[in-house]
Amino acid sequence: MSVLVYTESENGTLKKVAFEVASYAKAVANQLGTTVTAIAINTNSTSELEKYGVDKVLSITNSSLDTFNAKSYAAAVKEAADKENSKVVVISSSINSKYLAPLLSVGLNAGYASNVVEAPISTAPFKVKRTAFTNKAFEITQIETEIKLIGVSKNAFGLIEENGSGAVEDFSPSIPELGITSKSINKASNKVSIADAEIVVSGGRGLKGPENWGIIEELADVLGAATACSKPVSDLGWRPHSEHVGQTGKPVASNLYIAIGISGAIQHLAGINASKVKVVINTDPEAPFFKAADYGVVGDAFEVVPQLIEKLKAFKAQE
Amino acid sequence: MKILVCISHVPDTTSKINFTENNSKFDNTGVQFVINPNDEFGLTRAMWFKEKQGANVTVANVGGPETEPTLRKALAIGADAAIRVNGVAIDGFYVAKQLAKVVQDGNYDLIIAGRESIDYNGGMVPGMIAGLIDANFINNCISLEIDGENATAIREIDGGKETVSTSLPLVIGGQKGLVEESDLRIPNMRGIMTARQKPLTVIEPLTTDAQSTSISFEKPAPKGAVKLVSPDNLDELINLLHNEAKVI
Ligand SMILES: Cc1cc2nc3c(=O)[nH]c(=O)nc-3n(C[C@H](O)[C@H](O)[C@H](O)COP(=O)(O)OP(=O)(O)OC[C@H]3O[C@@H](n4cnc5c(N)ncnc54)[C@H](O)[C@@H]3O)c2cc1C
Repeated sequence: MSVLVYTESENGTLKKVAFEVASYAKAVANQLGTTVTAIAINTNSTSELEKYGVDKVLSITNSSLDTFNAKSYAAAVKEAADKENSKVVVISSSINSKYLAPLLSVGLNAGYASNVVEAPISTAPFKVKRTAFTNKAFEITQIETEIKLIGVSKNAFGLIEENGSGAVEDFSPSIPELGITSKSINKASNKVSIADAEIVVSGGRGLKGPENWGIIEELADVLGAATACSKPVSDLGWRPHSEHVGQTGKPVASNLYIAIGISGAIQHLAGINASKVKVVINTDPEAPFFKAADYGVVGDAFEVVPQLIEKLKAFKAQE
Repeated sequence: MKILVCISHVPDTTSKINFTENNSKFDNTGVQFVINPNDEFGLTRAMWFKEKQGANVTVANVGGPETEPTLRKALAIGADAAIRVNGVAIDGFYVAKQLAKVVQDGNYDLIIAGRESIDYNGGMVPGMIAGLIDANFINNCISLEIDGENATAIREIDGGKETVSTSLPLVIGGQKGLVEESDLRIPNMRGIMTARQKPLTVIEPLTTDAQSTSISFEKPAPKGAVKLVSPDNLDELINLLHNEAKVI
C-alpha cells in the first residue's frame, strides 16, 4: 500500500511540478506510515525523484505515449495504482493532469479533490483543504471513498527534500483504444509558458497599444518571466488569446505577478489571486489592484518600466 | 444531432462570498445567480450548431427548484428543452452520475459542459460523464467543428494549442474560445416569452452516494496593506523583491 504519484515530464525531462507533487505524496505517506511510488512516462532520468522522498519509480517507455492523451495516461496510472494497491493517488494541477483526473477518478472509483493547497488535515477521515470560488475562499472537503485522488495546486505545497530509495522498475501497462487522435501541436518552444513560469509580467489596457509591448517583453526577458495580459488587451487583438489571464482566461499561480496598467477588476483578480507576491504599476492610485497587491508603484508605465528594466539589469549583473 | 448542454447555476463573479451555519454553507443572501461562464460559451456554440447545421439542444442541471430561472434563461437564449434533475449537487461525482443517466436515456451525440464551474472549480463533471458512459472526451476545448459523426477540436495546452480529431458521441469541457465573448447572447423579449412555452422537465435523481462531502469553508486571511514605492526609488522595489519577498 504505497502512495502513488504521477510525475510529469516534457521531452523526457521531469518538470518542476513533478518534484512538488512528489513532496506532497511524501507528506501523505509520512502521515499514513507508508512509502511513495512514482509513475514516470517516457522520462529519461528519474534519479532526482529520490531527493523528494520517492522510494520506487515505475518507469514506462512506450512510444504510443509520446503525445499526451488523457485516456491512455489515466489507464496507465490506474494500472499502477492497482498494482501498488495505492489508496492515495497524487497528481498536479496542470492542464493535462486536470484532463486525465476525472477519467482516473471514475476508473479507480476514487473521490477526487482538485486544487488542494495543503497536506491532508487528517487521514481518517480523509480531509483536505482546497480553493473554491475562484480563489475567494477555501473549502475543507472530506473524501469518502476508499481510494483518494488528490490534485495539488501549483506552487501551494512547495518542494521538500526528503530521502527516498528511488529504485526503478520497468512497467508496461496496457493501453486502451484512444478514440482521439492528435493532429498537431502548436507551441511557442522558446517562450516560458504562463503555467510553468515562476514570474509573470502582465500588461493591461493602460499600455495603450500593441506597439508598446516591447517594454513588457523586455522586462519579462530580464526576469526570465512569461508575458500575460488582461482580457480587453486580447479582445482588442493586441496580444494573443493564450496570454489572457483571469477568470475567463488562464489561471496564474506564479511566485511573482507584475501587473502593469491593469486596473484589477474582480474577474482579473480571480485568475491571479493564487500568485504569491503581486506588484502593481499604475498611474491611478485608486486602481483596485492596489488593494490586492503586496508592492505598488503609482506612476506612468512608460517611465517606470524602462527604468526598472535598467535597474534590474544592473542588479542581475551584480548577482 | 442531439446536443445536451450541462448548465451549472453559480453566483455571479462579482458576488461577495460569505458563509453561514458556522461556515458550513454558502450564504446566498443577496447573491445573483447566473449560467456558469464556461457553460455559456458552450451553450452559444450549441446554438451555432442548431442554426447552421441543424441540431436539437437540451440543457440540463442537477439542482433544486431555485435553479429553474437559470434553465429558463438558457431556453430564452434558444435551447429547445430543459431538464432539471431534482437532486442536491453534493459533489462533482454525484452531478456527473445524474447527467450520465440523462445522456444515456436521451441518446445524445454531443455533450457540452464547461471546463469547470466558478463556484467549486472542481473540473470534474465533463470528464466523469465521459468516463461513466465511455464516450470520447476533450477538455479545455476552445474550438469545435462537427462533420457527420466526426469532430475536429482544438484544446488548450500549457503554452499552446493542440488540434485533435475524434468522433461522436463526444463530451467536451468547454471554455472561452468555443465562441467569442461578443457572440454570447442576451435573451430578448421574444426569447423570454417563447421560453415559457418550452418544456422544462423535472426528473427524480438516481440514488447514488457522493464521493466527497463539503465540511466547511474559510476565507483567506485579510491582506496587509500594499507597500508603496516611489517611482523615483525603484532600487527600493528591487531590494524588497529580493530581500523581503525573496522572489527575484
Ligand atoms: C464575465 C466577465 C469575465 C471577465 N473575465 C476577465 C478575465 O478573465 N480577465 C480579465 O483581465 N478581465 C476579465 N473581465 C474584464 C474585467 O472586468 C476588466 O474589464 C478588465 O480586467 C480590465 O482590463 P484592464 O485593467 O487592462 O483595462 P482598464 O480597466 O482599461 O484599466 C487600465 C488601467 O491602466 C491604468 N493606466 C492607464 N495608463 C497608464 C500608464 N501610462 N501607466 C500605468 N498605468 C496606466 C489605468 O489607471 C487603469 O487602471 C471580465 C469581465 C466579465 C464581465
